Parts: sequence; structure tokens; C-alpha cells
Amino acid sequence: MTAFRAMLIRELHLALRGGGDMLTLVLFFVIVGAIVPFAVGPDRELLARIAPGVVWIAAFLAMLLGLDRLFRPDHEDGSLILLRQAELPLSAVVAAKLIVHWAVSALPLIVASPFVAMLLAMDVATFWRTLLSLLLGTPALAAFGAVGAAVTVSIRRGGLIAPILIAPLSIPVLIFGTGSITATQSGAALLFLAALSLMATALSPFAAALAISSGED
Amino acid sequence: MTMETTPKQSWWSRIAHPGQFVIWTRPLLWPLTILTALLFVAGLWFAFFNSPEDYQMGDTVRIMYVHVPNAWLSQFVYAVMSVSALGTLVWRHPMADVSMKAAAPLGALFTALALFTGALWGRPTWGTFWEWDGRMTSTLVLLLIYLGIIALWRAFDDQLRAARVIAVFTLIGAVNIPIIKFSVDWWSTLHQPASVFRPDGPRMPGSILTPLFVMFFAFTFLFLVLHLKAMHTEVKRRRVMTLQRRAAQGLGA
Repeated sequence: MTAFRAMLIRELHLALRGGGDMLTLVLFFVIVGAIVPFAVGPDRELLARIAPGVVWIAAFLAMLLGLDRLFRPDHEDGSLILLRQAELPLSAVVAAKLIVHWAVSALPLIVASPFVAMLLAMDVATFWRTLLSLLLGTPALAAFGAVGAAVTVSIRRGGLIAPILIAPLSIPVLIFGTGSITATQSGAALLFLAALSLMATALSPFAAALAISSGED
Repeated sequence: MTMETTPKQSWWSRIAHPGQFVIWTRPLLWPLTILTALLFVAGLWFAFFNSPEDYQMGDTVRIMYVHVPNAWLSQFVYAVMSVSALGTLVWRHPMADVSMKAAAPLGALFTALALFTGALWGRPTWGTFWEWDGRMTSTLVLLLIYLGIIALWRAFDDQLRAARVIAVFTLIGAVNIPIIKFSVDWWSTLHQPASVFRPDGPRMPGSILTPLFVMFFAFTFLFLVLHLKAMHTEVKRRRVMTLQRRAAQGLGA
């Protein structure tokens, strides 16, 4: 357990001291939200109708952008090899990385989502449901992303290919994520979303660890 | 008394050698090709000249004879890839890698054809080329997964390492297959539910079932032939790459 905690602290330190990555992602998220009114026209009713989908797309894209820093820096400086030889199983290392990844790339987006909601003329009730669905759905996005990052870590220019692999797998998350905001029976969709997140976060560390250890020699 | 010098090998480990695999399976290629051609001739004859028009859809029902086999293959090829992925991860069988790599473009092709023929069929009968229906969406996701896997194969330099990583990803993507299978039961919108393999027997007359089954086997054997040939090609491609590398090393020395 101490090794796991040390891993968490190491990742958190690296993420917080590593410069403006977090701020960049939040900016990207807000900018995507702000660009949509220019693209579809500033019609308040239309914007309010598509707002949940836009927030989800923006969060999805921002999380894809942040994927590459999950394993690549460790792969490049060789610490991934050391982590594989550690006493802590590689899946636990991946789980620690996943938790911190969610905390530094999804949590800031959720905190910033009121701004996007305001830009898109979302009403208060919809906003709360959006917040809830983001909280429940982003762990699944992060978990799928971890698998994609693990599969592509041994490719030299793998940054571009991970989103292509991950996007089809993430479609159910988007379906239930936006469904829980707009549909009339949002309760069932929220439960599905929570189930997806639980399953993905439980299984993805093992899959990602397997992908990492088979990709390296 | 004679001594057995070579250990007895099962056919399973004998075909693990790429050259042996090609030697052992090459005699299968021509008979399979002829069988496929005969099945296609019979199936197309049934489909065009010896099956009735549907009382509602008219002649467009004949699209089914290419649409259903393609849709079946889109899932069957993924199953072949998943089994090969297990072969790569569990037994480290060298031919499983080759089988996995050879199947991916074929699967993408059959999935694209299933979507294409479905769109052609949907326009006159449903009045739309595309609808965001459960089965169509999940088949589109399957196509995207196939294309992602092909892109992944091309991104790796080292094919042996690629095989193991892609095997992991293939097994993760396999979650989609049951979703496609049951999508028509879960979200029943536009695509009809299963009507051939049902517990209470098929819900079609025999005059339509016969051409459907013949075409079904024709397409399946077409896949088997193409897959075998693609595996042979992949074996040769790897040998050429090895020879080129050796030649380049010889030049450098």
C-alpha cells in the first residue's frame, strides 16, 4: 500500500510541477465550447438544445489531447522499465497513474464546465445534470484512454493513433453521457454510465499493463 | 533397430514454421477456390433466377443475398481475429500473428460492404440510406475498430512486438461483437431482428432460404480462400524483408 501511495504522490508531483498542461487542457475545453456558437450561430434556443452534446464533445477531445503524457514521458526516460521490475504489480502502477490522470485532466474540466454552460445558454437544471453525468462518465473515458495510451506507447509517433483507437470504444460513454442529460428517463442512463465507468476502471489497469508488458522487451 | 532421431511433432507445432505452413496449406488453395467459384455460380443463379420476389419489397429483396453474408462475415472475421489473438498471447503461435494481420483488411472490407449494401437496400425499403439505429451504429463502430487495427499494424516497425500489442487491443475491441449481435433485440428501431437462426425455426420460406444459405457459404469460403492467400503473402513479405535486411547488412560489412 505504501508503494501505491508513493506512486500516487510521484504522479501528482509530476503532473502539478510539469508546467501548464492542466491549464492548457482547460483552455482547450473552454475554447471548443466557445467556438461552437460561432459555427452554428448565436441562436440561444439552438445552443441550449445542443449544449449537453457540445460539453461532452469538448470534454472528450480535451481528454484525448491529454492522453499522450500518461505513459510516454516514463517510456522515454526509461522509468517505465524500472516500474515494470518493481515489486508493485504493473497493473497497480497503471491504476495509480489512472487515478491521478483523472484528477488532473478530468476534474479541472468539470470545474471549468460552468463557464462553458454559461456560454452555451444552458439552464440551471440541465447544468446540474451535465455536471453529474461528467462526474460519472469521465472515469470511463480516462480508463479507455489509458488502454489506448498503453497500446501505443512503444510506437515512436503513437500520439496520433491513440485517439483513433479510443474513439470507437468511447461511443457508448458519449451515448449514455448525453442521454442522461437530455432524455426523459435520465436515471437509467446515469446508472448505465456509472456501470460503464466502474467496469472500465476496474478492468483497464490489467489490460493496459498487459499491453505495456507485451509491447516492451 | 532404427532410432528415431527427429522428435514426433504434431501438425499444430509443425505449421508453426512459416515455410512448413505454406507447404502444408498450399494444396488447399486451388480446391477451395474452385469450391468458392461453384458456390457463387449456384448462389447467384438461385438469387437471380430461381427465387421469388418479395410481396412487399419486390426485386430489392435480392440485395439480402449479398447483404446478410457480408454482415455475417464482418463479425465472423473479428471472431477469427480474436481467436488468433488468443493464439498469439497464450501459445505464442507464429502463424496466429500472421492470421491476425491478414484478417484485418478482409474484415474491414466485408464490414464496409455490409454497410454499403445495407444502405442500398435501406433507401428503397426504409426510405433512408442511413439511420442511427443500434445495429448500424455498432457495425460502423466495428468498421472503425478494424481500420484502427490496420492503422496500428502499419504504425509498428517490429511486427513481432506489434502482434502481441494488437492482440491485446483486438480482445478489448471484441466487446463490440455481442453488442452488434443483440443490438436488434435491445434497441429495436429500424433494423429487423434475427429471422433465420431462431429457436422456433426460420421465419422465411424455403425458396428464399436456399439462395441465402448458398450465398452464405460462398462468401464464407471466399473469406477462407482470401485469408489463406493473404497469410501466404504475409509470410513471403516477411521473408523478403528479412532477405533485404540481410543483403543490406552484407553490403555494410
